[in-house]
Amino acid sequence: LPASELTKYCLTFLGHEVLMFEALREAMIEEMTLDPTVCMIGEDVGDYGGSYKVSKGLSEMFGDLRVLDTPIAENSFTGMGIGAAMKGLRPVVEGMNMGFLLLAYNQISNNCGMLPYTSGGQFKIPIVIRGPGGVGRQLGAEHSQRLESYFQSIPGIQMVACSTPYNAKGLLKAAIRSDNPVVLFEHVLLYNLKEKIPDEEYICCLEEAEMVRPGSQLTILTYSRMRYHVMQAVKTLVNKGYDPEVIDIRSLKPFDLHTIGNSIKKTHRVLIVEECMRTGGIGASLRSAIIDNFWDELDARPVCLSSQDVPTPYAATLEDATVVQPAQIVAAVEEICQS
Amino acid sequence: AASFTAAKFLAPAAARSGGDRAPFPAPSAFSMRSLRHRPARRLSSVLAVSSDVLKAAPAAAAYPAVTREEALELYEDMILGRNFEDMCAQMYYRGKMFGFVHLYNGQEAVSTGFIKQLNQPDCVVSTYRDHVHALSKGVPARAVMAELFGKATGCCRGQGGSMHMFSEPHNLLGGFAFIGEGIPVATGAAFAAKYRHEVLKQSSPDGLDVTLAFFGDDPEIWKKGPAFGMPGVHVDGMDVLKVREVAKEAIDRARRGEGPTLVECETYRFRGHSLADPDELRRPDEKSHYAARDPITSLKKYIIEQNLASEAELKNIEKKIDDVVEEAVEFADASPLPPRSQLLENVFADPKGFGIGPDGKYRCEDPKFTQGTAQV
Repeated sequence: LPASELTKYCLTFLGHEVLMFEALREAMIEEMTLDPTVCMIGEDVGDYGGSYKVSKGLSEMFGDLRVLDTPIAENSFTGMGIGAAMKGLRPVVEGMNMGFLLLAYNQISNNCGMLPYTSGGQFKIPIVIRGPGGVGRQLGAEHSQRLESYFQSIPGIQMVACSTPYNAKGLLKAAIRSDNPVVLFEHVLLYNLKEKIPDEEYICCLEEAEMVRPGSQLTILTYSRMRYHVMQAVKTLVNKGYDPEVIDIRSLKPFDLHTIGNSIKKTHRVLIVEECMRTGGIGASLRSAIIDNFWDELDARPVCLSSQDVPTPYAATLEDATVVQPAQIVAAVEEICQS
Repeated sequence: AASFTAAKFLAPAAARSGGDRAPFPAPSAFSMRSLRHRPARRLSSVLAVSSDVLKAAPAAAAYPAVTREEALELYEDMILGRNFEDMCAQMYYRGKMFGFVHLYNGQEAVSTGFIKQLNQPDCVVSTYRDHVHALSKGVPARAVMAELFGKATGCCRGQGGSMHMFSEPHNLLGGFAFIGEGIPVATGAAFAAKYRHEVLKQSSPDGLDVTLAFFGDDPEIWKKGPAFGMPGVHVDGMDVLKVREVAKEAIDRARRGEGPTLVECETYRFRGHSLADPDELRRPDEKSHYAARDPITSLKKYIIEQNLASEAELKNIEKKIDDVVEEAVEFADASPLPPRSQLLENVFADPKGFGIGPDGKYRCEDPKFTQGTAQV
């Protein structure tokens, strides 16, 4: 082989670069190839290849029954995925925008979450419900929702949020293989993130959090897009001499209290940064769990930075003011560390 | 005396199709997809058909022959449904059964007429009025009664209750409290049957497994079938033999892969909506009109008139069912209540879903977890 080809050949063993949506697509292809009961259900997932191209080319590969285009009827096709899961298939239901799944709330809550229990364990629902959510760029209130807080009380489901191509692929594969119903929250603004991921097969643990930056001074807990606002703030903070530990909690339900607890035992200070609304958000539950489990370890009040309790405005200035910005994170860290 | 054949579902001659307008085929998203990769499916004109044509015919001549065995099976199943529900009412007022209980008295022809034609792999999706659907599908009466008593030996370990009857071995996919909640689930079960056949290549000589979805009423809903690309059929739901005939055709259509059928069984429940309903809002003449058409009385009359069995034999069946229902109550009474340790079981198929505790172990590995005393 010529030298340049040899170099390229060697580099493939170090991984390959993908965008986030390609990572999700790879996960789908791998799992659908491995297990013929894995199928995809959603609007425009077949012919169109998915509104964010996660299923591009899949219906040519696997056929239009395995990559099923549905009518615009979220309640119906989510329930359909549940019935199919009860009868032995492993469907991946895509919400074109997670916000639309509000229309499927009955099916997700009553059937997805509850059927394994009300049937006395006779049926399992190995379904994955995934799709983009979160605040985008001036998409308007109804397309900018964070449903993780709405779903978090449903008993019987697991919720994970991906934030990098690496964990997107790993979490989707794990979610498909799990016998529990898993809701995977993706973020509209993260689909074009680029990262090198391994060539070999890998899975991320659904219940574990991810250490992003080890540190000693305080623990910052975050997930999804806010991870990037946090890391931007961290650049400023490091320049100012702070040493924060950043953990991407990834598992929104249940919380990984081991990783989180070990961090708090080291730093004794906690800041939660999330895109959920203030009221009843993931941060609210997380703060509560931290107080319950690690009260004696805390030197300061756990602080939670969340989005404002407003419908996401269309105007850019107002939209920016709705979500947590890096400057606010810097200010909060400074205040916690000085208290 | 027209006999009811498959052709009636699709024949343009049906009087009830709504006049001169030619019904257009309504391809669903489904059939559009299938046209791309498979030979074009014949998009037949689907119509709504009423079985009024049968009302006009004398009862005896309209049905194809039903054998003695079949007639006795139908009779026994309807008696089981009726007696079981009557016992539920008794037990409820004696404080053995709680909450919202919805009884099926009067509607037995629908459950028996349809479900007795299904095989074990076929699925039934019910509503909150599900006791008799469970019994017709083969769930033992004792398991249903124990579930209603909230005992650990119930078909759902006491965790579901009256409105959530499930049985995996009998392919009873629930039991749903919210109206219409089960219909998408039934669609999913039917999709899985088609998927098994086409993708997993698991064929059965019987054809596709059928899924049967029950749901409540809407005036003249049978006419809405064609709008959704399926035949709509209206049948007298107080007559088990008429229901059975329509059911047979609808089930065979599904098995052959010809798609769903919407069957409106015009039936009537003799009791109130639930045991909490004093049933004061319905007109007495309406109630007596349908009481005179009790499906069990009608079938009994038919069996005797056609000399399929004697009065004594039918009495024996009734006695046998009495014993079955009594035994079910005794079993439920004697069964234990679920222990505290059962509380967290079955929340997840994989209990790793309860997460990792502060000590780094999965919560479900904590010995106290199975005793129901661990902090979650």
